[in-house]
Amino acid sequence: MDLLYLAISATFVNNILLAQYLGHCPFLGVSKRIETALGMAAAIIFVTILSAIFTWTVLTYALIPYGLEFLQTLTFILIIASLVQLVEILMKKKSRSLYNALGVYLALITTNCAVMGVALLVAREELGFIEMLVFATASSFGYALALLLFAGHRERLQISAIPKSMQGTAIALVTAGIMSLAFIGFQGMAS
Amino acid sequence: MITPILLLTGIAFVAAIVLGISARVFFVDEDPRIEAVANLLPGANCGGCGQAGCNAAAESIVKRKSEVNICVVGGIETAESIGAYLGYDVRGAEPMLACSTCEGGYRAARKYHYTGLQDCRAALQLFHGFIRCENGCLGLGSCQRACRFSAIRMDPDSGLPVFDPDRCVGCGSCIAACPKGIISLANENTKILHWNQYTQCLSPCRQRCPAQIDIPKYLAQARRGEYGAALMTIKDKNPLPVATGRVCPELCATQCRRNLKDDPLAINSVKRFVSDWERSNKVRMPVAVAPDTGLRVAVVGGGPSGLSAAYYLRRLGHAVEIFEMMPKLGGMPRYGIPDYRLSDEQLDWDVDGVLELGVQAHTNVTLGKDFTIQFLRSNGFDAVYLAIGAWHGRLLPLEGKELTGIYSGIDYLRRFHTDEEKITGKRFVVIGAGNVAMDCARSALRAGAESVLLIFRFSRDLMEANAHEINDAESEGVVMRCLVSPVRFLGEEGRLNSIEVQQVTLRHSAGGGLPDVIPVEGSNEVLPCDVVIQAVGQAADLAAIVAADGLAKTRYHTIDADEETLQTSIPGVFAGGDCYTGPRLLVEAVASGRFAARSIHYYMTTGEIPAIKERQREMMAPALIDDLTNVVPIPTMAIKPMVPVEERMASFREVEGTINEDQCRLEATRCLNCGIYCYDQDDLPAELMRKAISCPNEPHLVAEEEREKEPAL
Repeated sequence: MDLLYLAISATFVNNILLAQYLGHCPFLGVSKRIETALGMAAAIIFVTILSAIFTWTVLTYALIPYGLEFLQTLTFILIIASLVQLVEILMKKKSRSLYNALGVYLALITTNCAVMGVALLVAREELGFIEMLVFATASSFGYALALLLFAGHRERLQISAIPKSMQGTAIALVTAGIMSLAFIGFQGMAS
Repeated sequence: MITPILLLTGIAFVAAIVLGISARVFFVDEDPRIEAVANLLPGANCGGCGQAGCNAAAESIVKRKSEVNICVVGGIETAESIGAYLGYDVRGAEPMLACSTCEGGYRAARKYHYTGLQDCRAALQLFHGFIRCENGCLGLGSCQRACRFSAIRMDPDSGLPVFDPDRCVGCGSCIAACPKGIISLANENTKILHWNQYTQCLSPCRQRCPAQIDIPKYLAQARRGEYGAALMTIKDKNPLPVATGRVCPELCATQCRRNLKDDPLAINSVKRFVSDWERSNKVRMPVAVAPDTGLRVAVVGGGPSGLSAAYYLRRLGHAVEIFEMMPKLGGMPRYGIPDYRLSDEQLDWDVDGVLELGVQAHTNVTLGKDFTIQFLRSNGFDAVYLAIGAWHGRLLPLEGKELTGIYSGIDYLRRFHTDEEKITGKRFVVIGAGNVAMDCARSALRAGAESVLLIFRFSRDLMEANAHEINDAESEGVVMRCLVSPVRFLGEEGRLNSIEVQQVTLRHSAGGGLPDVIPVEGSNEVLPCDVVIQAVGQAADLAAIVAADGLAKTRYHTIDADEETLQTSIPGVFAGGDCYTGPRLLVEAVASGRFAARSIHYYMTTGEIPAIKERQREMMAPALIDDLTNVVPIPTMAIKPMVPVEERMASFREVEGTINEDQCRLEATRCLNCGIYCYDQDDLPAELMRKAISCPNEPHLVAEEEREKEPAL
């Protein structure tokens, strides 16, 4: 039951994008069309889960035993960056079609704060392995959900009557704000 | 203090080793050129080219799926450096430019008054747009807003988008933005490979022209005095404008909407004028040829279909060699059309235009006798095009057919152009009423025959020849007798001296088609003559080819080929022109040449020939309007100068002349510039009248117009 709470909390209540405001660069950057948003979402889910597992392992078995938690950010950056590189190499060899599908997004994720954020949140909440796994999966699916919803909105906005001064990024940011207000509605469902 | 440093260094070290090893272990053997090309690209990963990042773009360039100038950001320098690295010719890699097909604009009929959101996609939601025409531009400028390079502006005069070729990078954003799908990317190659579709806006004349020449476009160019541009528009679909300009029966004019009001446009006269304009200037307009592809095509037959295929395949960058059985190229237009309609030196201009692009020609070699298809394939030709024509004149199997003095029409005409002995006589009888029969009859008069009688077993309205050919033949003195059928040939000592004929009546059957011929009893008569010319049909001479290569043929003695691709029973061997369709018009042979070029190009470069979606075959219903509103009748003034009948005999000098420049300009002004629904009307206020603007594929024209405007400002 706790795990369900954790999942719902990570997906809706504490949505990493709309409640925690992490990973906004691709949120605005690749949300103009649903297809590109879908590619980005897939890449995010993949990398977030993988990097959470690795950073959790390093945190639990290397940093905490030696009392080096203050090095979290630094080591996590190192791990995530090399992990993405490694995944890219592996994928190119083993699954060419997946590599082509994720394409340029994979490399972009190296510097995505949502991925980093999940890793750091796992550390802050001192989650166990299973909890970490659920949390990372739910968070990244929450991210994908928000990204796809937003992309749908933006496709509609393209053909809507918008005052000139509000066109483009301006209306996108306002929409993002209203969407996060909507997500506040989940507040209280689970903490 | 030491521990954190050690830890970080340790992690970094492990990561480096793992990455290093995996880069080795999981090394993907990639074309080294991909990395080199990727390094030449800006590395912005912007996706402007439509590929997922610069690496993907590099890969598609190396695999030749994209042109070297695909990178929007890098521009021409990047394209040149990549081209230099890969050894491709960049100059010929002409970029794809956006171009709209709609000419309607403000003149297009409205369904209702629209005041909603000023966006084409939104407007389309309301009863599929406010313009009556399915293909028409809504003119609300969605493409203009979609263009990230400010290459599109909406012309306030016409309400249509104008594309700036200097700014257009061919990214395709406007195509995605246009809900009507009327914007497309075009370059020289697409113009050659394109075939008419029902989804296009096609004026009635364009729908009817077998070669699918963009007639309104070249008339507009002729109207502005841009004869060179007009000629190039014609040559995009027809490489033999001098020949076509003289002998084409103008099917386009039969569909001209001016027919409803006054006279049809003299379209062919304008074509003839612009082609003669180039010929008399003796300076050829430069023709764009794509960079060499290294693929080789053998074209068998140097007639109009073969020449047309060779011309377009060469323009697509392939190496072409023509194999011709006669001493000179030109085919039937040279050997079957008399000099008074089309002379050798006139045809030479067209033929040389094809050869000057770098097409090689071998003459006096016959397929099936001197070489085989197998021989061509084993000598490195990637594809073969058979355009061997229909050179075998049919002869009626009547009693006395072995007598001397009986010849086929093509046999008779050919001898005027070869070293063979010419056929002479005093009294000629010509059987048949097609253009070949008229040519034979008129040639016989010029060659000194005392009388020429033309007999035809159907009624006069069923004569196949062009109406003016029939009239000319009659005015020159050919006697015509319709509803007369030959029965047998009579002669003495093996020499023909008369022909027995019989009168017939016709009975039309319910199913349509040609009527039945019923002989009238006791109406036989004997007509004295010393030469009989039979112009009753031609076929291809296929026996030797079928025997040597196993080519499939039809029961009509034509080559059997797929109608959609023109591919024969032998893969990589294509057939078109008269040898596939049976004897047809010059312009149809030219069209089949370009169609074959399309198939052969796709066959050689991609291995499969895409079907043409919604290929236009019949006239489109909306084009068949029955009235013209607000159009003032202007009778045609483009009457060709004719040599008087008394001066025609005893020489083969050209009968019809070319119209002069004033006539050409005046005639082109009569063009209503039709779309599928709309046309230029006279009572629209001047500011709402459409102004024809050149396609961005001819940037020099736009530049010219703008230069003209400048002093006025």
